[in-house]
Amino acid sequence: MDKNKIIELKGISKAFNGEQVLKSVDLDIHDKEFVTFLGPSGCGKTTTLRIIGGFVTPDSGEVLFNGKKVNHVPPYKRPVNTVFQKYALFPHLNVYENVAFGLRLKKMKETEIAAKVAEMLDLVNLRGYEKRSVTLLSGGQQQRVAIARALCNEPKVLLLDEPLGALDLQLRKEMQIELKKIQQRLEITFIYVTHDQEEALTMSDTVVVMNGGEIQQIGTPQDIYNEPINAFVAKFIGESNILPGIMHEDYKVEFAGDNFVCVDKGFRPLEPVDVVIRPEDITICPPSDTVINGLVESVIFKGVHYEIMVRAYSDLWKIHSTKAPEVGSVVGIDFTPEDIHIMRKMENSEDYAALDHLNGEEAGTID
Amino acid sequence: MTKLRSRLAAGPYMAWMIIFMIVPLLLIAVFAFTTTAPFDRDGNRLEEEEAALIMEEELAEWEENEVPLEERESAVVEKTVFTVQNILEVNKYMPTMLNSIWMALVATVICLVIAYPLAFMISRMHFVSQKMMLMLVMLPMWMNFLLRTYAWMTLLERNGLINRFFGLFGMGPFEMINTQGAVILGMIYNYLPFMILPLYSVMTKIDNTTIEAAQDLGASRLSVMLRVVVPLSVPGITSGITAVFIPSVSTGIISRMLGGGTNMLIGDLIDLQFLGNAYNPNLGSAISLVLMVFILLCMSITNAFDEDKEGGMLL
Amino acid sequence: MRKLANRFYMGLVFLFLYIPIFVLIANSFNASKSRTVWTGFTFDWYRKLFHNETILKSLLNTLIIALIASVLATLLGTLAAIGIYNMKKFTRNLVINITYLPIINPEIVTGVSLMLLFVALKIELGYVTLILAHVTFCVPYVILNVLPKLRQMDNNLYEAALDLGCTPPMAFRKVVIPEIMPGIMTGFLMSITYSIDDFVISYFTHGATSQTLPITIFSMTRRKVSPEVNALSALLFVAILVIMIIMNVSEMRKLPSDQRRRAAKAEKKGGRA
Repeated sequence: MDKNKIIELKGISKAFNGEQVLKSVDLDIHDKEFVTFLGPSGCGKTTTLRIIGGFVTPDSGEVLFNGKKVNHVPPYKRPVNTVFQKYALFPHLNVYENVAFGLRLKKMKETEIAAKVAEMLDLVNLRGYEKRSVTLLSGGQQQRVAIARALCNEPKVLLLDEPLGALDLQLRKEMQIELKKIQQRLEITFIYVTHDQEEALTMSDTVVVMNGGEIQQIGTPQDIYNEPINAFVAKFIGESNILPGIMHEDYKVEFAGDNFVCVDKGFRPLEPVDVVIRPEDITICPPSDTVINGLVESVIFKGVHYEIMVRAYSDLWKIHSTKAPEVGSVVGIDFTPEDIHIMRKMENSEDYAALDHLNGEEAGTID
Repeated sequence: MTKLRSRLAAGPYMAWMIIFMIVPLLLIAVFAFTTTAPFDRDGNRLEEEEAALIMEEELAEWEENEVPLEERESAVVEKTVFTVQNILEVNKYMPTMLNSIWMALVATVICLVIAYPLAFMISRMHFVSQKMMLMLVMLPMWMNFLLRTYAWMTLLERNGLINRFFGLFGMGPFEMINTQGAVILGMIYNYLPFMILPLYSVMTKIDNTTIEAAQDLGASRLSVMLRVVVPLSVPGITSGITAVFIPSVSTGIISRMLGGGTNMLIGDLIDLQFLGNAYNPNLGSAISLVLMVFILLCMSITNAFDEDKEGGMLL
Repeated sequence: MRKLANRFYMGLVFLFLYIPIFVLIANSFNASKSRTVWTGFTFDWYRKLFHNETILKSLLNTLIIALIASVLATLLGTLAAIGIYNMKKFTRNLVINITYLPIINPEIVTGVSLMLLFVALKIELGYVTLILAHVTFCVPYVILNVLPKLRQMDNNLYEAALDLGCTPPMAFRKVVIPEIMPGIMTGFLMSITYSIDDFVISYFTHGATSQTLPITIFSMTRRKVSPEVNALSALLFVAILVIMIIMNVSEMRKLPSDQRRRAAKAEKKGGRA
């Protein structure tokens, strides 16, 4: 047994009003790890967090803390603390009293409390704000108070439920770095819930991608990005071209009307697969017989790169490039065997529905 | 788990409301459909005259034989029986009831006409002035309404202040107190704030930019009012109307103080049956029941006009 | 020009609302017993008022009943609001509709129905019945003030308290109650006001010795001339005025300075239509 494991979830299921939110989730979380639950809304990530926090009791399965079952241990007896989505600061208490809340419950001496609160406010750069009313702080400051308040109890694990969701982009980036620093300094486990893949990739040691109440993939950010296990993960982690294909034999795949050499193996002969190619891995070249040729449908300037949509037969390719071809011109689409990621087809259609939903969301965020 | 337990917190309240709100209303219904009637010892219903005759004879006999009080057992017993007579009898008071409804309607409409512009003006004022104006509107409400109505008696009397004022110009005196007009005035005066406050509270939520947008799109002042402000203030209008109409239609005191007994209202009728000379709780209950049903009907009509408020009312 | 017309209109309405009150106050200093002839300034009516046993006794009755009924209504109503808040939708709607009953129901019907109940239960009309009746029509106001505060409260607050080590009852006391306190206070104050002011329901549920002030006033107005009533109204008016001013000033003070500034700024931006 790995004694490094601090939390284990074994076959956790949960339904609300007949709707299955979690379907037999298994997960190990290690000491001093920064774990992120990533997934679209309704994927079960927050429910998983609340089960760990003790706010929700699972219908079946076991929650273990340091090997001990804690399914029915109430939140106030668990060695974890939570930073809530909208901070949940107590409006009737000032900054100092909010942070000191947990310590007062422990009946600590006033001098100890003062020292601890000062230390925590130092940690989150809020020294000098003790007497302020929490209702008059900015979003970022409230966030810091919430973190200080949760850390004051010296939890072994800190749970963070989309804590940066309400902040603007600039502040969010700063807080991401700061949170990571705090985690490294305190050397405790952080479990972080987000639907923002960039946030997940930036901060985490381990990313847990969830969808439809199931864990899709667990891995380091690099693993998840480079070797997505299925089309859902590939799509969720970054923009991708996902094409239906057939695996003829090891290292040989057919898609987009042609056969290609790839680096994947271990599929059944003629197994239908999803082929994923990232837009930034594709290079645009002059049209020729050795590459896929297509018509440039649109070119949109995105700041760092252009987003080029190319139509080749029935497929629409998304390509990221620093150079912009002319709309209406014919170009070649080139990529190397390493750029081709082969994935098994997803089993249930629900996952595809979630994907479609995701596409819709992305279309919405472009403008 | 905790949810379930905290639901129990409403237990005492629910018990209270059942005992002191639901049961009394059921009692009204029971009284409305029953009456006491004389029966003989064998359980046969007797005619009123018959019973009176028997009792008279009994009494004479007891007196003659000097039967002690505790040994006197009447052959006639009173029993409660079901009847629709009370409800039918309400019909007799139809003119009074219609009069009540008519006067309350007039008062409500006048309140709406007076309050609407005022509430709008207040809602467009500076934040601090709004607070002050609201205080001014509510202040008279905090005076006991008997005292306020009493003050109008002083003003409206035959040799009251208003007639004296007109007298200076050689006019009058006018007959003002003890008229229908005086009662309506009393209703308007007492319940006007109930119209202003709900109107104000919806109007203050109408953003100035909404009004400016309408003007920008070419709406005149009048069409801004008709096409933007009025539709947006419908919830305030309906709750204002109910807040004025219900107490107006059921009041008994205003008519007694300012109407001088010449203008009976439903409230007076009910009062008379319970504490007045006409003592007849069964009939009083029947009138109350009719009044209650009438008001619930009115409420469901105004609620139908305004789904928003229903949502608010039902959480 | 428009503004002037607006002011004139508002002035007229407020004149209508305040003239009777000023007449009452003026008459309280009128030496003449007549309500319409001014014969000279006097404090006599005030002196007589304070020697009027009936008025003082009923004033005391009113205050005692208002206090007891409001405290009971506040306790009952706050607990009820918490319970209702946690109910399932159907029962919640049902209970809330019952809560609206005493507010919608004509006062006179509530009054006579309670009288019928007390007579049926053979409870002697008096202090007890008055308190029972007053609690009944006050509780809804407490509930309707506390419920929105519960709804406004961030659901996570209670969980945050648990998370930081509170047991459920402690979380309740330390977080939920302070959060809904403004609603509880408003409900309590409204209860006191309605209880003091109530005439119709008290009229049907009071006993011979438990007259409240409104009932006493009613019997005085029936006897026509009673200038002490004027003095009493004047005193009550001034008392209410002072309370309202204090409440408003303290409310304005309580608004943090920058919030007030923000409100003022929003006003200016909105402009005056």
